Amino acid sequence: MFTTTLFPKQTWALILSVAGVLAVLPVLHLVFAPGHALHISSYTIALLGKFMCFALAALALDLIWGYTGILSLGHGLFFALGGYSMGMYLMRSIGKDGVYQSHLPDFMVFLDWKEYPWYWSFTEHFWFACLLVVVVPGLLAYVFGFFAFRSRIKGVYFSIITQAMTFAFMLLFFRNDTGFGGNNGFTDFKRILGFTITAPETKATLYLITLGFLLGGLVLCQAVVKSKLGRVLTAIRDSESRLMFVGYNPLGFKLFVWTLSAVICGIAGALYVPQVGIINPSEMSPAASIEMVIWVAVGGRGSLLGPILGAGVVNVLKSWFTSSFPEYWLYALGMIFILVTIYLPQGILGLIEKLRARNAAPVVTKEVAA
Amino acid sequence: MLLRRFTFFLLAAWVATSPAWAALDADTLKLFATDEADDKIKAIQTLGKSQDPLAAKLLKALAEDNVYLLEGGKVVIIEGDKGVNAADGAALATIPESKDQVTINNRIRKELETAQAGGALTSTDRNARLAAVKDLAKNADASQLPALKAALATETDPQIKTLLEAAATTASLKSDNPTERIAAIEEMGRVGNATAKTALNALLEKDKAGNYAEKDESVRNAATLALKLIQARLSRVEIVGNLFYGISLGSVLLLAALGLAITFGLMGIINMAHGELLMIGAYATYVVQGLFKQYAPGAFDWYVVAALPVAFASAALVGMALERTVIRWLYGRPLETLLCTWGISLMLMQAVRSIFGAQNVEVANPAWLSGGVTVLGGLVLPYSRIAIIFFSLAVVFFVWMILTRTRLGLFVRAVTQNRRMADCVGVPTSRVDTLTFGLGSGIAGLGGVALSQIGNVGPDLGQAYIVDSFMVVVLGGVGQLAGTVIAAFGLGEFNKLLEPYAGAVLAKIAVLVFIIIFIQKRPQGLFALKGRAAEA
Repeated sequence: MFTTTLFPKQTWALILSVAGVLAVLPVLHLVFAPGHALHISSYTIALLGKFMCFALAALALDLIWGYTGILSLGHGLFFALGGYSMGMYLMRSIGKDGVYQSHLPDFMVFLDWKEYPWYWSFTEHFWFACLLVVVVPGLLAYVFGFFAFRSRIKGVYFSIITQAMTFAFMLLFFRNDTGFGGNNGFTDFKRILGFTITAPETKATLYLITLGFLLGGLVLCQAVVKSKLGRVLTAIRDSESRLMFVGYNPLGFKLFVWTLSAVICGIAGALYVPQVGIINPSEMSPAASIEMVIWVAVGGRGSLLGPILGAGVVNVLKSWFTSSFPEYWLYALGMIFILVTIYLPQGILGLIEKLRARNAAPVVTKEVAA
Repeated sequence: MLLRRFTFFLLAAWVATSPAWAALDADTLKLFATDEADDKIKAIQTLGKSQDPLAAKLLKALAEDNVYLLEGGKVVIIEGDKGVNAADGAALATIPESKDQVTINNRIRKELETAQAGGALTSTDRNARLAAVKDLAKNADASQLPALKAALATETDPQIKTLLEAAATTASLKSDNPTERIAAIEEMGRVGNATAKTALNALLEKDKAGNYAEKDESVRNAATLALKLIQARLSRVEIVGNLFYGISLGSVLLLAALGLAITFGLMGIINMAHGELLMIGAYATYVVQGLFKQYAPGAFDWYVVAALPVAFASAALVGMALERTVIRWLYGRPLETLLCTWGISLMLMQAVRSIFGAQNVEVANPAWLSGGVTVLGGLVLPYSRIAIIFFSLAVVFFVWMILTRTRLGLFVRAVTQNRRMADCVGVPTSRVDTLTFGLGSGIAGLGGVALSQIGNVGPDLGQAYIVDSFMVVVLGGVGQLAGTVIAAFGLGEFNKLLEPYAGAVLAKIAVLVFIIIFIQKRPQGLFALKGRAAEA
């Protein structure tokens, strides 16, 4: 069967059991009252939901960095654009429940705008917002990628340019005149598709949808990297000029995987916003994008489970540090960057592999001796 | 006894007579006794033209509502419980019970201010003259023209003289004679600034009935022409201003990017912590400033000079330590270097926050760097920015000298061109790496000193420059000092010339788009290495 060829059986078992546990948690949250031994707090659910969005973004980043060797320092931008697209719908469904009781969002009332700017048209429809979530990051990535890849900008140059891109967009979105709420971005959402957004049932549903998208993303990415296309991508990573000598034009391949990665990242952002309840330009800061890169690096790039693991580990650490000793979080994050790049180039998964190989090695020599 | 009385009498007589003007004209003072505002204004204008200190005193008292009329028409100045006769300055023995305050309305008050200013025009105190002429330049009228002309004839201070001329023009603009008005307008067209523009625009305005403020058509035509001239000159000033600020921004970018041009351009190390090395330089300046304040307040003005070697040394030491402990292990893995140095930058920022606090610290300009030179009538070029422009060029020269005229520079170039061959002929490549990285970092420290003079010094200082300085290096091409210099000034100018049309943010985005398009054409930057060196 197609699915069994994607991952080895053991890996499937691992993925499905983890997904099963994750899926049961919101049910426990809803069924058991607070105080019950099996109750899962809403804080945990919110945190895990957020982490799964990050994991999906990390997955997208791994596709482009781990497999194709293109390091993007601008994926925070795609994440934020997806988030803003969804945020536009959420802002419009606030209706007249805002502070100023206008049909416009509060920040537009504040700017004394009388109607929605043209780029807000149709965003009152959920389906159109979903379309934007895919199209906006995808289109931007396609255009940007086309020009960048066509002139064979690669390596650090590409990384720096993507960083400059997200920086420029951050400046743009910080402006009030841009029409996306400036500094504060979008927040104070009330409902999504008619459901109250703060209700535990809505939260649990969003959580389950995110889990579904994460699983789907994992399978999709695995399908891409296992296919012939995936082998070309790996070839681009390992030696682009040799691939060109063999007769391939890498432009189309790079462009495809780059756009796909941006779209997945945008979807992650769109799932993130209703769960967290806020989106603002700080998601576009260079620091946010580079933090995504470290999720992938910690987990282990070049394997799809690695970034998911990495996003989880780094963010658990982050929540723990920022609540217990916020002063030291940046030291810790900085140390993670340094240690991982110097000692763990293949991340945690790479370390596990290495340990496993070391344990297996004596067995092999024994067999040879025998 | 007799002698004392006689002396007193002499003294009193001297006081009363010593200035040529014994007392104020009684006819003028009489005008204050009427209720007519026009009469009072006439009196005030007469007093304003007088050179008598008593007149100035009376005007001042009028402005402060301290002038009273006694029965019999005597004008006195009463301050608290002391009274003097306004006419001759003699003290009053008693303050009479029945007195009327000389009241002034807003129209009179305005006249009063102008008259006071007119009197002060001939004051010996430069500041008083300056204040007076500044006041007059705004609302002088034709009656003050003679006073202004008289002042112009004796005035020697160039700044006051210019202002006097402007005031005289403003005054002639209100003249009844159209020829004089036209002459004034033409004068404005030749030298006028934004204030003159407002005055001329006022002439061309229509009131509600559709009549022009200026009745005479030939005067209006002259005004339109003059406005055009002024507009053209103002936009020239603006262009010069933009050019200057572009060069200034370019020099700042150059200082920020020069160190990077060495570490990235020559060594191929992507140092994301470069911005934090700038920050270290700025904080070193702050520390040196503190030391000077504490131990050598007399030499405070020179703390910036002392900060230069300190900033260089501290940033270079941090840089060399980084190279020895961390970056050394990542040669040939640029993407990993990028991530690793980003981690370093986070830690450096947090370290500075822990030591100096998260707030910005204050770094003061020394006296010789504060203020600026005014050019083209109104454009102020700050000394600090001018100094930074020259400083950046000096640093470029310094780097160029090191790279081309010293043994270290020779080694650096050798290692850049062919590391293994350099190693073979005995160049200590690993020590050269450390020193080169230290040099690049030290130059970032120097940049930090410059940045501390024109911007905020805080833990986030470096973050603001990191993207821009990489843009400069990418645009300039790797390994080329000339490319870096031209790219820095080019980007600075491009940014500042776009800003008036597009706004700061859109200008930045336009610059980015420009760089992406530029790299399409020249992927290796402005000055690409040719041949084999390009492949390495």
